[in-house]
Amino acid sequence: MYVVVAGGGEVGYHLAKALIEAGHEVMVIESDRRRAAWIEEQLGSVVLNAPADEGRYQLEAGCQRADAVLAVTGEDARNLVICQLARYNCGPHGRVIARVNDPKNEIVFKTLGIQETVSSTRVLMNVIEQELPTGGFLPLMPLTGSHLEIIETEIQPGSPAHGEPVRGLKLPEGALIGGIVRGGKLLSGAGEAVLEKGDRVIVLAPTDAESEVRAALYG
Amino acid sequence: MNVVIVGCGRVGSTLAMLLDEEGHQVTVVDTDKAAFKHLPDGYRGITYLGNGADHDVLRRIGLDQADWFLALTEGDNRNLMSAQIAKEIFGVKRVIAKVNDPIRADIYRGKGIQTVSRTTILAVLLRAMLREEGEVGEVLIQRTLEFEQRLSGQYKPNPRWVTAKR
Repeated sequence: MYVVVAGGGEVGYHLAKALIEAGHEVMVIESDRRRAAWIEEQLGSVVLNAPADEGRYQLEAGCQRADAVLAVTGEDARNLVICQLARYNCGPHGRVIARVNDPKNEIVFKTLGIQETVSSTRVLMNVIEQELPTGGFLPLMPLTGSHLEIIETEIQPGSPAHGEPVRGLKLPEGALIGGIVRGGKLLSGAGEAVLEKGDRVIVLAPTDAESEVRAALYG
Repeated sequence: MNVVIVGCGRVGSTLAMLLDEEGHQVTVVDTDKAAFKHLPDGYRGITYLGNGADHDVLRRIGLDQADWFLALTEGDNRNLMSAQIAKEIFGVKRVIAKVNDPIRADIYRGKGIQTVSRTTILAVLLRAMLREEGEVGEVLIQRTLEFEQRLSGQYKPNPRWVTAKR
């Protein structure tokens, strides 16, 4: 794959390094001259010393033939513009992905046409919430290019699904059970199984049906 | 009209003053409290300390009620982001962003955002002045001169500024 990394900060540098080690072709666009020179020392001639938010440098970096453009600067507004320009400059098959620092900007970016975003804040929040002993109801991630998301619920005593057979669950239309984890293992013959305390149910559901999934499984 | 201006630099504050004088309802947003010092003493509009590219800030100042939105900070990207939020999320009818990079400006005009660029406006105007093509900038220059004369007539040195500078 050919990947253009816009922004050579900590995230951009380590991303480029990992991509190169995985055998991909990479071009980093970094506007700071000294930082660009430093990355070139570390990774070889894979750096364009230019502002990534100007269209002509995106073309110079070869966005037209890129499989992906990743906007990973520390500033959300800049990442938005980089992605929107890249959308304009890239071929139809090039993926455009934005790093988002303020998690609520994920929705803003989607509204403004940038579908694929990664929020490190939200990823970390999810990790922390997953570690919490109480478990609970946890939307894990949205599925790219759809209005679906993956949700994990831990069955609690007193929740509507506790003691119910899987077949009897009143899930909203379009929702699908992806698997049930009990004692660290995937439960087989899941349709007949009766849900117990501590079972973790993975559900694939339309994003707008999240509250109904919550009502059916978690209460 | 209900007007929201993001960025209280020289341009933002001057425009806020002009529109306020004309009787419009003006709100100016800036991340830097000191920027509001650009506003004249008689300014009757609202000042709001916050990030104008932040959806929550724009909601709090009631952007859905605004008729005009202007993004006039020093950052092209910030201006483009807040202008798009105003247009696409809050449905503001008239949205203008200051975008100094002419190529970026051209792309976003296609998205329904009006843009002005100091770079190109000044360059085109200066060329016209050199070629003595009066008609290009006549009205603009005339209004600018009137405004500047009015401003300097009003100007009374503020003792606070004198001490602050030294």
